[in-house]
Order: sequence, then structure tokens, then C-alpha cells
Amino acid sequence: MSPIVTPTTDNRPDSGADLLFPVPDDDGAPFWEYTARGELRIQTCSGCDALRFPPRPCCPHCQSFAAHWQRMSGRGRIWSYVVPHPPLLPAYAALPGYNAIVVELADAPHIRLVGNLVAAADAPLNSVEPARLRIGAPVKAAFHTLPGGVTVPRWLLERP
Amino acid sequence: MGPTLKDATAIAGIGQTPFAKRLPASEKALACQAIVAALDDAGIAASEVDAFASYTMEETDEVEIAKAIGAGDVTHFSKVGYGGGGSCATVAHLAAAIATGQASVGVAWRSRKRGSGPRPWKNTQVQLPTPGQWTRPFGLLRPADEIGMLARRYMHEYGATRDHLFNVALACRNRANQNPAAIMYERPLTREMYMTARWISEPLCLFDNCLETDGALACVVVSAERARDCRQRPVYVHSAAQGLPAQHHGMVNYWNDDPLTGPAWTAARHLWKGADLGPQDVDVAQIYDAFTPLIPLSLEGYGFCGRGEGAAFTEGGALEIGGRLPLNTGGGGLSEAYVHGFNLINEGVRQLRGTSTAQVPDAATCLVTAGEGVPTSALLLRS
Ligand SMILES: [Zn+2]
Repeated sequence: MSPIVTPTTDNRPDSGADLLFPVPDDDGAPFWEYTARGELRIQTCSGCDALRFPPRPCCPHCQSFAAHWQRMSGRGRIWSYVVPHPPLLPAYAALPGYNAIVVELADAPHIRLVGNLVAAADAPLNSVEPARLRIGAPVKAAFHTLPGGVTVPRWLLERP
Repeated sequence: MGPTLKDATAIAGIGQTPFAKRLPASEKALACQAIVAALDDAGIAASEVDAFASYTMEETDEVEIAKAIGAGDVTHFSKVGYGGGGSCATVAHLAAAIATGQASVGVAWRSRKRGSGPRPWKNTQVQLPTPGQWTRPFGLLRPADEIGMLARRYMHEYGATRDHLFNVALACRNRANQNPAAIMYERPLTREMYMTARWISEPLCLFDNCLETDGALACVVVSAERARDCRQRPVYVHSAAQGLPAQHHGMVNYWNDDPLTGPAWTAARHLWKGADLGPQDVDVAQIYDAFTPLIPLSLEGYGFCGRGEGAAFTEGGALEIGGRLPLNTGGGGLSEAYVHGFNLINEGVRQLRGTSTAQVPDAATCLVTAGEGVPTSALLLRS
């Protein structure tokens, strides 16, 4: 098993130091290549058109190994959320009241992405008051490039 | 009709070390202590042991155990994955091996220094590749965060409240208050303590989380025939199951079509299929409780109530002694010790021997379950 998530070594205090960044595996790499271009795309079977997430080598419906990446509208709804409190890794403990959310995509509600609700694409992970989180709230994707150079989707309230 | 597991084997001995936040002995020494105690309880010599089963997360392997305790030639050994999901499967694997003649005396065990060791989620280098990539960068770091996400959705869909989760925490604590071996012996929990406790991952507070404990436990599995000649009253393995549902994703089951039906549902279907009994026949339950929301989810999965009714099931003292389904009568992972659920197996055995510190009168059947939220396992034990 190869490690795919490693802490950044970038310790500048204003750079989100020591937050974890995604280290893609073979199946996930295209997702991160598209987010770097500001596109949210989901792996799609070229045999039967079924979308699947997380990415994997083979379609669970028709066993085809052929796939392409379908662009999503970037719209969705909050399916659930948590507000983690310490004990946490130090970089996350330094962002009290940050949220982690699961978004179900408007185009494909069974595709759900873990993310963060933020006030603006480049705002800190705790830039939205936890009291504003609500299951069912409409959200839209925005893109933020982490210090390590990986671009992640983040989520903004449709009606801030 | 082919061979069947039903009542073919029995748990003949149980053993455990003390439980504490910090124990001086190594995990290996603790494992040996628990195993030697379990063999002594059964009245079986270590030289007769020819099978071992534990968790893949167990760090003391059977080679070390076998030579330390003086086992004979070993002809079956297995390890079960997925942390606490493996607890009941260790017994199930031994039962299958013994029922099919691959071995005659099996030992299952778990030894863990969680109380004094590092928190496993801190080691981000060894996270499973697939979920890690999609969750960790967003600060979904710990099992409490992952289960908190499911719990919030469950509360939203079914009107479950923190009071329901408190019912679970309280039932476990009340039983631990009766159990001198429990970490939370003589440490009562009140509703006010629960409601004002610090958050760990909203909506889960401190008391929704299991303890961090050092300790080890073991049990001895033999044929039903052999068990009848042992020191203790046999506790029969009536049915056993593992469960890895279609399209399951581990702790982050959010990508399943129906994330709130977890591995319990799959394990339950197989468990009841292999049993002469159903949920209505269960006298006492030891249900894996690393987090309180796992209890309502499991009550639904194992068929004690309908979908979405698990929280309401906890009302009116249903989980207390004298209630509809007395739960985790040693205190469980929440209040006795968190040793990846092995204490639930041993407590199930005590109930059916009639020797629990919170004995359910005339208990003859006990459900024991392993970690829900990961590929899981379960045992239906009977006296
Ligand atoms: Zn397909």
C-alpha cells in the first residue's frame, strides 16, 4: 500500500501550513488534473454511461475498463456536515469551527463529495459560521490551489 | 443438508487483563496473559492449542504467541481485517476450522495499548489510499468525524436527537457502574454532563466516543462435544456471519446508494439465515459501540426494529436491565474498555454462563456484533 496523503512541508504561517493535501493515486489522478483547470469532472463508464465515485479501474455495473470524465455543473446540496473539534492535527486545530461537508451533486445525487463550505474560494476553512450550515442548502463549486500546488474543489452557498 | 456451523462449537474459556488508561506491560505480554487466563478458565493445556485467530491490526502475531505460551503444532491461523469489524469473525473463523476438522482447540485474542499509544488517525501516511485522497485534505480526519457525518444525516432523516444518543451512552455507563473491571466503574453519567460535554465532532460529544484503553482479551473455542467436558458451562456458537455489502466504502460510506444501511444489514441477513432464532428471541445484546450512533444503526440492521426506528427504540429504558433489549452489559466500548470490541464477546459469554455483573435473568441467547461502518461480523451465542 503506497501512502497517498502526506502533510505539506510548507510552513509559512499564512499558507495553510501543514494542512493535508491530496496525493492522487492512478485512478484518482484525472480528477485532480481537471480541478487544476477549474473543472469538476466525474469518472463515467464508456460502456454503460454510469457515473462512479470514487474512481476505480472497472465499472461495477458492466465491468468495462473503458472510462471518460464527464463535466459536472458544479451545483449541489449539502447532504451532511460535521464541525470537528480537538484533538486534531495542529493545522486543523488552528482553524476552530471549520467544517467538513458532504455535497450531493445536482447532476447526479448519488455522487457525493467531501469538501468544505467557505465564504470565498481562497478563504480559510472556518470562514463560514457553523450556524449557517444546513442540510439541503444549495451550494456551488469553486476552486482553490493549495500551497503544495494541488487544486481542490470548495463549496460556496448559492444564497450567501 | 451439508455441514453446518450451528451449535457445532462452543466458547469454553475467556480471559482478560485489567483495563486502564496505561498499563506497564507490552501488548505481547498482555496478549499472553489474556490467553493463558482463557485456557485456565477452560481447563485446557496450552500444549493443546492448535489454532489462532486475531485481527490484522493485532501487532503480536501467532508465532510469538504460540512459542510464548507453549502451544503445540498449529494447523490453523487467520487474521481478520477492518479493525473492530473483525472481532466476531475471529471466533467465527475458529468455529469454522474446528467444525471442519482443521483444528481442535482455537484461541482468539486482541491486545491493544490504545490508551497509552498514539492515536491511529494521526498517522496520515498509512490511511487507506482511496478514501484518504477524497476526505483527509478537507479535514475529515478521524473516525469520529466520519461517523459524525453519518450521524448528522441520520438525525436529519429520522428525527433522531442527542437525547437518543444519550440513552445509548447512559445504558453503557450504567452497566459499567456495576462492573468493577470497567474503566467507568463508580463514575456515573448524568444528562447534564452529557449535554454540556465538549464536542469532538459536532454532532458528537465526548460521551458519544469510546474510551482509549490499554488491555487484552482472549477466548477459547472448541467442539461442542469437547466443551461439555470443560470447566465452565459451554456457550455455543449458534450462528456467525461476516458482512461486506455491495458498493460499501468503509468508514466513509457516503458514496453508497444508501449510506445509512451499513454492513450490519448484510451480516444480519446471513446471521439469521443460519439460525433457528430471530431478533425477537435475543435476550441480551452486545452491540459494537465505538460511537453512540452505531447503536441505532445496528438495531435497525439486525432487525430489532424497522428502518429509521433505531433512535426511538432506545426510549423508555429499552436498553437498560429489565428493558426490551439490555445492551452492552459490561459497559461496552463506551464505558468498560475499548479493545476493538473483544470485551463484548467475553461479556456475551458471561451473560450466558449467568456470571455477568449486570446479569439478565435467565439469559439464554446473546447477539454480539463487531464494528459497524466497516466490513463487519457478528455472533449469535446461546447457552
Ligand atoms: Zn459500465
